[in-house]
Amino acid sequence: MKPIIEFKDYTFKYRSQTEPTLRDINLSIYPGEKVLIVGPSGSGKSTLAHCINGLAPASFRGDVQGTLRVKDTDPAEAGIFGMSKIVGTVLQDTDGQFIGLTVAEDIAFALENDCVEQGEMFDRVKKVADVVDVRKLLDHAPTELSGGQKQRVSMAGVMVDDVDILLFDEPLANLDPATGKRAIDLIDQIRKNRNATVVIIEHRLEDVLYREVDRIIVIGEGRVVADASPDELLCGDVLGQEGIREPLYITALKHAGCTITPQTHPAHIDTIDLKPYKEQVKAWFETVKLSEKTPLPETALEILDLDFAYISGKPVLRDIRMKVAKGEMLAIVGKNGAGKSTLSNLICGFVNPDNGEIRLNDENIGGLSIKERGERIGLVMQNPNQMISKPMIYDEVALGLRVRGVPEEEVQERVYRTLKICGLYPFRNWPVSALSFGQKKRVTIASILVMDPDILILDEPTAGQDYRHYTEIMEFLKKINEEQGITIIMITHDMHLMLEYTDRSVVIADGKLLADDTPARVLTDDNIAERAYLKKTSLYDLAVRCGIEDPSAFVERFIYYERQVR
Amino acid sequence: MARLLTYSDKDTWIHRLSGVTKLLFFLLWSVAGMLTYDTRVLLTMLVISLIMYKLSKTEWRQVGTVFKFILFFLCLNLLTIFAISPYQGTEIYGTKTEIVHLFWHYTLTREQLFYEFNIMLKYFTVIPVVLIFIVTTNPSEFAASLNRIGISYRAGYAVAIALRYVPDVQSDFTKIRHAQEARGIEMSSKASLYKRLKSMAAIIFPLIFSSMDRIDVVGNAMELRGFGKNKKRTWYSGKALTMNDYLVMAFVVIFCIGAMAVTFHDGSRFYNPFV
Repeated sequence: MKPIIEFKDYTFKYRSQTEPTLRDINLSIYPGEKVLIVGPSGSGKSTLAHCINGLAPASFRGDVQGTLRVKDTDPAEAGIFGMSKIVGTVLQDTDGQFIGLTVAEDIAFALENDCVEQGEMFDRVKKVADVVDVRKLLDHAPTELSGGQKQRVSMAGVMVDDVDILLFDEPLANLDPATGKRAIDLIDQIRKNRNATVVIIEHRLEDVLYREVDRIIVIGEGRVVADASPDELLCGDVLGQEGIREPLYITALKHAGCTITPQTHPAHIDTIDLKPYKEQVKAWFETVKLSEKTPLPETALEILDLDFAYISGKPVLRDIRMKVAKGEMLAIVGKNGAGKSTLSNLICGFVNPDNGEIRLNDENIGGLSIKERGERIGLVMQNPNQMISKPMIYDEVALGLRVRGVPEEEVQERVYRTLKICGLYPFRNWPVSALSFGQKKRVTIASILVMDPDILILDEPTAGQDYRHYTEIMEFLKKINEEQGITIIMITHDMHLMLEYTDRSVVIADGKLLADDTPARVLTDDNIAERAYLKKTSLYDLAVRCGIEDPSAFVERFIYYERQVR
Repeated sequence: MARLLTYSDKDTWIHRLSGVTKLLFFLLWSVAGMLTYDTRVLLTMLVISLIMYKLSKTEWRQVGTVFKFILFFLCLNLLTIFAISPYQGTEIYGTKTEIVHLFWHYTLTREQLFYEFNIMLKYFTVIPVVLIFIVTTNPSEFAASLNRIGISYRAGYAVAIALRYVPDVQSDFTKIRHAQEARGIEMSSKASLYKRLKSMAAIIFPLIFSSMDRIDVVGNAMELRGFGKNKKRTWYSGKALTMNDYLVMAFVVIFCIGAMAVTFHDGSRFYNPFV
């Protein structure tokens, strides 16, 4: 068979860079294949996608060597418009790529640009809306849709054009685990029904592998490092070396000392043949002993019977009761729109509760202004660009102190100290614009830490970060938690974060507190997972399938072991 | 706030009119309202405007804030006219009927009152039409109709897409403001105006930067789906002109010609009840 996408000795260098981003790529993808491309940030995997859909070199200028053929067309010659008939691209920002004022208009966008007659457009939009199940939403505005629905609309918007290749650029980045799972399901269905070629770029490997993938291509430093079936790839060490997180059950098997072979089909936890590994896993489970955790006695934050509604009669939060201990690292989890952000808004005083009390160090803070609370409870937003307002790092970190009239000598002393804690001291005289995303995130954390708050609240601290950056940010937070004794509350739907870095998770679903327990127990409970749009961890399935009677204890021990070896 | 002065989807015959019709009506109506000082014409226009406002089922909460804002400028305008030229009315109408002497060289005359009453009428004939135009015209349909009368679709689409992202930018703004307030930047009325203006920078810069990120994404998304490929494009929400459209256009053209004829038949733009 003739490949539909074929790279031959392909090298691509951005005009603005001295080194090529892609080097000597040789890669063939065949019609009807479903291929997953993984690699850490900056490995060139997004550039690869841009070369396929024509954004590079048309929009992102650069020099090309070697050849690339996509359905017998050279994307560099055909340009973005020429390629848009062959390749449909779904971008990772479901919000930003929603162009129309309503769902129907957004789906029709490509047709409009092709001068399709209005009557025909109505028909085609309806048909494709049925495929992704958004028919009932056709008249809705984007603000009325959930993240998952927006993504369905984006898919419809590229499928309306009958493209041969569907290209997904990090489709899971902004979705909660359950919605992500459904997205992967939908992609799989579409491929089967349309017989389209599907290319998915994503670093959440385990989530994509939820449905069959033909091949995984690993990109590292601009080169193809591996090109193999999932079964083969999961047996080797390539993923670990390239900084990509393997599925958790694979890690557990490796910890247990198993040698995984492709013959056992390790690509799915449901289908993997565990016979050769069972006894080893059980034995390992017995050997890992948990250390006794001393409970943290003092309460930092207490929330009592909290009710809140933006519009009366439509409660967003009801009857929330929770305690956060001093020095704790806690996760607040739940699906998008469950009321997690509203809870943090209430704690920070951006909105006021209808009922109930918020107590900080045993003192009711209901009467304090936003500014007064800000000195004791620091909030770090998801996107650092939403916080940074000064061009220079030093000024940005000093901002909170200066507006409070702290004398300049003290400002300097405190800013320098904070910058040292955050590992930013060498950059103190740099402009913010010279920093990477992760470093900017640190600047925003520093600009809050400098005020010596008792509690730090972080909204999605690791969203959209690859494994290496994720680890970097989280280890940093763990460090300041341990060394500075600061209490950290994280709002997240990253299940790995919960498992690996927190001892307790508060689950909010439909405005109510659904659970307050260890992550191991939360992520092994069917009922909670379903109602809060989480996903049961594959470790649970592994434990059950290996005949371990207490699966959540297995998860607990796994986490403990992981923290020891890290 | 989010719903203030934005298109709201209701089903009245005014909503069903094409955007072009409404634009033409609005433009001609405003020109007529600006040119004429004839009180009889202005009063007729005012009555028609109010009837249309009623028919369009526009709710007060959609336009109230903006209306008050315009009212404030109207009052300012009227006072300024009196302060600068208190005898403008006397000059225009050629008589001087004093009501009361105020102070210095300021005397209130019937002519001046009548003149300023006319100015107020002008405002009130145009305001309802502007508001109706904004809240009854679907932006995408409007872009489509602009394109139909020969304006580049890129320009039309720029309007539509700006409206698409207004709610997103608004919510970004609120988020950023809260975060900056928590860092200690005072935005409430406790701070002086100068301080508040200075603190605005702390919100505006992050807002610009995060909006720039957004523009990049939107630009690529649009291009990937073929925007700008052809000289023309079709419109999903475009509307063909109906009988009603032609009737409304005919009405506004004839009305405006009539209004101008009545206004200018005696060579003056003003209706003079004083002689």
